[in-house]
Amino acid sequence: MSLLHLAIIAPFLLAVFVPILYKHMKKVHTGWFVLPLPILLFAYFVSFISTTSNKQTVTESFSWISALGIDFTAKVDGLGLLFTLLITGIGALVVLYSIYYLSKDTEKLNTFYVYLLLFMGAMLGVVLSDNLIVLYLFWELTSFSSFLLIGYWYDREKSRYGAQKSMIITVFGGLAMLGGIILLYIMTGTFSITEIIAQSDVILSHPLFVPALLCFLLGAFTKSAQFPFHIWLPDAMEAPTPVSAYLHSATMVKAGIYLVARMSPVFAEHSLWLWLIAGFGLVTLFWGSFSAVKQTDLKSILAFSTVSQLGLIMSLLGIGAAALHFDNIDPALFTVATTAAVFHLINHATFKGSLFMVVGIVDHETGTRDIRKLGGLMNLMPITFTIAIIGAFSMAGLPPFNGFLSKEMFFTGMLSILNMDFNWGILFPVGAWIASVFTFIYSMIIVFKTFTGKYQPEKLEKKPHEAPIGMLISPIILASLVIIFGFFPNILSNSVLEPALQTIMPGFAFDVHIGFWHGFNAELLMTIGVVVVGILLYLTLSKWRSVYGIFPEKLALNRFYDNGLDWMQKGSHSLTNSYMSGSIRNYLAYMFSFIIILLTATLFGKDAFAVNTENVADIGPHEVILASMIAIASVAIMFTKTRITSIILTGTIGYLVSLFFVIFRAPDLALTQLVIETISVSLFLLCFYHLPKKLTDDPVSFKVRNAIIAVGVGAVVTLIALSAHSNKLFDSISQYYIENTYSEAAGGNMVNVILVDFRGFDTMFEITVLGIAALGIYGLIKLRKTGGKKL
Amino acid sequence: MEILMAFIIGILFMSATYLMLSRSIVRIIIGTTVLSHGAHLLILTMGGLKGGSAPLVGENASAYTDPLPQALILTAIVIAFGVTALFLVLGYRSYKELGTDNMEKLRGTEGND
Repeated sequence: MSLLHLAIIAPFLLAVFVPILYKHMKKVHTGWFVLPLPILLFAYFVSFISTTSNKQTVTESFSWISALGIDFTAKVDGLGLLFTLLITGIGALVVLYSIYYLSKDTEKLNTFYVYLLLFMGAMLGVVLSDNLIVLYLFWELTSFSSFLLIGYWYDREKSRYGAQKSMIITVFGGLAMLGGIILLYIMTGTFSITEIIAQSDVILSHPLFVPALLCFLLGAFTKSAQFPFHIWLPDAMEAPTPVSAYLHSATMVKAGIYLVARMSPVFAEHSLWLWLIAGFGLVTLFWGSFSAVKQTDLKSILAFSTVSQLGLIMSLLGIGAAALHFDNIDPALFTVATTAAVFHLINHATFKGSLFMVVGIVDHETGTRDIRKLGGLMNLMPITFTIAIIGAFSMAGLPPFNGFLSKEMFFTGMLSILNMDFNWGILFPVGAWIASVFTFIYSMIIVFKTFTGKYQPEKLEKKPHEAPIGMLISPIILASLVIIFGFFPNILSNSVLEPALQTIMPGFAFDVHIGFWHGFNAELLMTIGVVVVGILLYLTLSKWRSVYGIFPEKLALNRFYDNGLDWMQKGSHSLTNSYMSGSIRNYLAYMFSFIIILLTATLFGKDAFAVNTENVADIGPHEVILASMIAIASVAIMFTKTRITSIILTGTIGYLVSLFFVIFRAPDLALTQLVIETISVSLFLLCFYHLPKKLTDDPVSFKVRNAIIAVGVGAVVTLIALSAHSNKLFDSISQYYIENTYSEAAGGNMVNVILVDFRGFDTMFEITVLGIAALGIYGLIKLRKTGGKKL
Repeated sequence: MEILMAFIIGILFMSATYLMLSRSIVRIIIGTTVLSHGAHLLILTMGGLKGGSAPLVGENASAYTDPLPQALILTAIVIAFGVTALFLVLGYRSYKELGTDNMEKLRGTEGND
């Protein structure tokens, strides 16, 4: 256990104390107790920058289930560090923001901060684990904490719906990823990412390589809300806004991007990796930005915008992988895409985080997020307005903000695809450009529909005014970062970007210099085009908005999800009902059938069936007669229809069995059986009068089914009896009893001595069983329901 | 002899299974009784038959029949009796109270269906 492990576990430890602090320190907002932790962790992880920027990594291992190759190995490298800084940095700002957002008088702060810390620890675990199984555990824990946080206001129908949806989709992907992890283990024999990367050349031609690749992509796409799995993200906006800013835009949804980046050295050699990621990324980018424009809820716009931006980063990572795939083209053409992806990852966290907080403030101060009701807030909330301008303009890709820089690099990356020998390559820059136009439009909608236009106080629930300063600190910090990274992007180059890129693409040299001015190149012209067309379309929005009505609601993905879920619930319900009939007799039939199948399969599968005719006892004629009688009686009992015949035949079998005991030299058994059989028959006869005269008969088809099962059971038991006699795997333990009966227990009758001496406890429990049965019989005969009155 | 017994045991199990799957409660009770007979003979046969004289020290024989299966069966016979007795009374009571021995008609009286 090292300090690094402690840093990952610290949020979980604090989560244990949060309910106690909440209970006993009601006067102080619980958030103040939580806030120091992410700040401390952030400071701790910043100290690693000097290590990773020298291309060094820190690995600490903690033995867990070593026998299965599962150890809690934490590894800090460039990529992991970038994410830890995001998690702890944005985490600190979000906690600070939440202190002012969530009222300590009305909200359940204890559960909120427990969930939030649970997420923080899990997310740190995801990005620092080198062992895939440990990564998977933390991965599912992030899905789980996200589920809890979306359902935080669980009394709302929509919260529950959104929580369930996100859980189903992300856990589905998580399970697929687990499948991929196991496939990788089969190929490489290790769960360690570092060791798997070392073997990446070997596994490339393995037949399981492509299935493993697809499984991992399914995990990454569901988590990072890629088309068509993006549908959970808009519904996740039911969570409190600090959660949306933290999990659903800055960190958790980027876990899929992290996974793609992390596994790139393993999979990127394969062309499927390149095209699937770039293709799905591009579709997501376009669809997200297109759908964002039609939303009227500010948070929905941001949700679709996040989907779109995640697609952007994803597609860039896909194109960057081309550097590994094509040997004859200069890799520097493609690595710029990866650089853009990582840079935009950081920028997105800053501008989207600040925008979410702005929307939270607007919601908090006006009571609505509907752009049809909002407007003219500019004069009332000047600081919020300024932050919104910075965030939205950065998102739209306007200078001098950081979004402009990464957008330019994004265009460069998209244009680089033209260098490939690929006819449809032109689709990528064209699609990217169209998506950027829509991005520009919804960025403008967020700012101008909210803060300019007509002020409509009658539609608002509260009288709006500027947010308290505490609530503004976090977005101000993020907005300042937007500007700082915009003017001085190279402070990130050496410290964060290069080490992260080195991890994603080992073996390439990275020397990142980000600048504003590259001359009048294609990228700049594309940006100018975006701005011009974007402004035109924004101004004419009301004229072409009807475009969105063309798309039939029936084909919407959400409809598929809802119907699918409904169908699965009904299907599983009717499937279960079809065999869980509530009749024990049916269950008995299943059990017997299963016994037949299982025993037969085991008997022949393990090659245990054998018939050994040596060493068998002789058969006398009287034994054959007895055996035939018992067989006839057993078969006859199946067909009797009256009570008296049944009882007589049962008695017959019992007495015949006791005769067999005599033949087989078991005097005690024979005596006991005779006595017991006599009592049993007497008991049967005692009840005789009360039993139905004619026994209920079964329908023929029912009889046939039972007969088949019965014959099967009989056959299997015969086979087992034959094999049990023929295979003697080891010596019987009986010899011990035979030798020691007299010397140890001073008894002559071995059976009796075993029962009362060697296995005395068995006999005691046997008596207990009889006692319980006797009590049951007494109760059944004597006790009556009397409606509470005594007889 | 063991081979013959294997078939007899099979027939007993077959008959018992058939009876236990029936609708009549009396048949089910008889089925459990027959099943216990089959199981007893199975245990005895597994241990080997007629391996020597009866397991009594006084016999002074060179070989004895395996005493262990016999001890197990002795316990089983008694328990089987207890179970049969309980079932029988249960069948008797339910027939008295409900007027049928048909399991199909005994369903759902608790209000679940």
